[in-house]
Amino acid sequence: MSLETKKVNFKVFRFNAERDFLPYYEQYTLDVTHEEVVLDVLNRIKWEFSGSLSYRRSCRHGICGSCSIKVNNKAVLACKERLFDLVELFGDELVIKPLSEARVVKDLIIDKKDFWAKYDAVKPYLIDDIDEAPEVENLVSPHEVEQILDSEICIQCGNCFYSCPAIENNEEFFGPAAFAKAYRFAADVRDNAKIERLEIVNAPEQGVWDCMKCFECAQACPKDVNPIEKITKLHNMYFQEGIAKSNVATRHAYAFKRSVEKNGLLDEADMVLYAERLDVIKQMPNALSMLKVGKLPMPWNQPKSEKLDEIKKLIKSSSTVKF
Amino acid sequence: MKKLKYALFTGCTAKESTPEQFMSTMAIADKLGIELVVLNEASCCGASHLQDYDDFLSLVLNARNICYAESRGLDMVTICNTCQLNEAMTKHRLDSDPALKERVNVKLREVGLEYKGTSKIQHFMYAIIEDIGLDVLKSKVTKPLTQFNIAPFYGCHNIRPTELHHDVNGGESPYNPTSLDELIEACGGVSVDYAEKNKCCGFHIDLQSPKTSNIMAGKALAGAIDGNSDWMVTPCPLCHLKLDIQQPNASKAMGRELKLPVLHVQQMIGLALGCTPQELGLKHHVAKVNFV
Repeated sequence: MSLETKKVNFKVFRFNAERDFLPYYEQYTLDVTHEEVVLDVLNRIKWEFSGSLSYRRSCRHGICGSCSIKVNNKAVLACKERLFDLVELFGDELVIKPLSEARVVKDLIIDKKDFWAKYDAVKPYLIDDIDEAPEVENLVSPHEVEQILDSEICIQCGNCFYSCPAIENNEEFFGPAAFAKAYRFAADVRDNAKIERLEIVNAPEQGVWDCMKCFECAQACPKDVNPIEKITKLHNMYFQEGIAKSNVATRHAYAFKRSVEKNGLLDEADMVLYAERLDVIKQMPNALSMLKVGKLPMPWNQPKSEKLDEIKKLIKSSSTVKF
Repeated sequence: MKKLKYALFTGCTAKESTPEQFMSTMAIADKLGIELVVLNEASCCGASHLQDYDDFLSLVLNARNICYAESRGLDMVTICNTCQLNEAMTKHRLDSDPALKERVNVKLREVGLEYKGTSKIQHFMYAIIEDIGLDVLKSKVTKPLTQFNIAPFYGCHNIRPTELHHDVNGGESPYNPTSLDELIEACGGVSVDYAEKNKCCGFHIDLQSPKTSNIMAGKALAGAIDGNSDWMVTPCPLCHLKLDIQQPNASKAMGRELKLPVLHVQQMIGLALGCTPQELGLKHHVAKVNFV
């Protein structure tokens, strides 16, 4: 029995930082089988057509995190992503690129130094006063382990980091992998540095408040770490621990409760005013242009939910934090 | 055929900064023979920000919103991607965690409600595609948008994360979404392909990080304009607010003039179905809708 094959056109990114002025693409048309993953094709191209093609690979088992690349702008682990799935999604033209074109050393190999620097910044290790001769075993309950929400299974492949638009547009931003790691230790009952970690990832421009909630990280992660879930958990921790500093982002979050308590619905103007305080002056051009075209309801026309008493009652009984 | 009837979760913007969105929703529902029961009891979905502040409270409030669709025996439709995300996220979390569902229901019972999980929650755009169908929609088009190149802008929270949406968005991939392109074609327009169509508009960090936010919006507008688009269309009013109102800021961030009308998907369908500009609230746009 012969295996079903599909003919696929591959466009492979080539660039040598030492020699080339601009990147270029090489094209290969190959028959692929349903068993093959992207790494198999990279190996075939290297072995059969172009020995100089460079890419990282090691374990071939989706655990070392070294073979990450992008196919048609989707970040993938080359050793895990099946060709037939990609053909079903994108058709028979596949463009193979490095995770980040701006960071290429050679072909599909990038310099991940910014990824690692940010990863290191959150102190990705347990901080504790270790008793080197304990009398009894230091037990952690299954329930306590569950609170880490699988964040420990990150393999540092960088798929989330190089898919994150905040990283693309703001080089200071720590990025989803570092946040997931900060959460991993902040949620660990054995760790003594929760508050210190929360302070590190609280920094404006760098920290968790600059996440734009696009969910690219959750989508890109090959291990289902779901970094944005951990970013939300970190946000929650500031309020739960009572250490949230008053700034435009924390007031923005709180303003939703403030509005819902008052109207059921969001009072958009009040929210912006409350979050921005005196800086609200920056919003005046926007507000004026909205006013001109009837996009700004007057305070006396502010819509309210029906059964507002019921909403107020639930806010009273279900609130878990104060700010 | 039985008349289609849904519970409409309007979200806040449709009652405030995007009145045209509510008007056009009702106008096309009328043209398509859909009955919409507006959930006026509903509260704000929290827009992922109340979720940052108090996660449990946001679950209780959103479960309450869903209760009002359930008690009417109707499926819920949303007209905002972020509302869709937060209602669907609530449903997903409660349906997959009986203990959490019970904790939420303890609170809801205090006001005589109970979350069951019986209503489907879907963005109105996908309900139209699924329950009316593109072919039927096409057959009802009286003013095809043949002369327009239209840039689809999908908005994050209808397409990511997949596991939340694949049952209610036709299983489309966030890396290669097609529904909005197909809607444009069904309305007679030409859909424009550009790299930013499935990217983030930057709305959610507009207050804390305006610089990054304006670059995001600027890239999307520039991509659409360079793709020779006459206008842009989006299912998300938050994307609309960022991309419409903030064109001057996006222009500054990109160092080039970016001017493009940004329509809601309901307005695009409405135009094709022959609704008037008044019915679609086309005057409520900052970037003037100057082609009708």
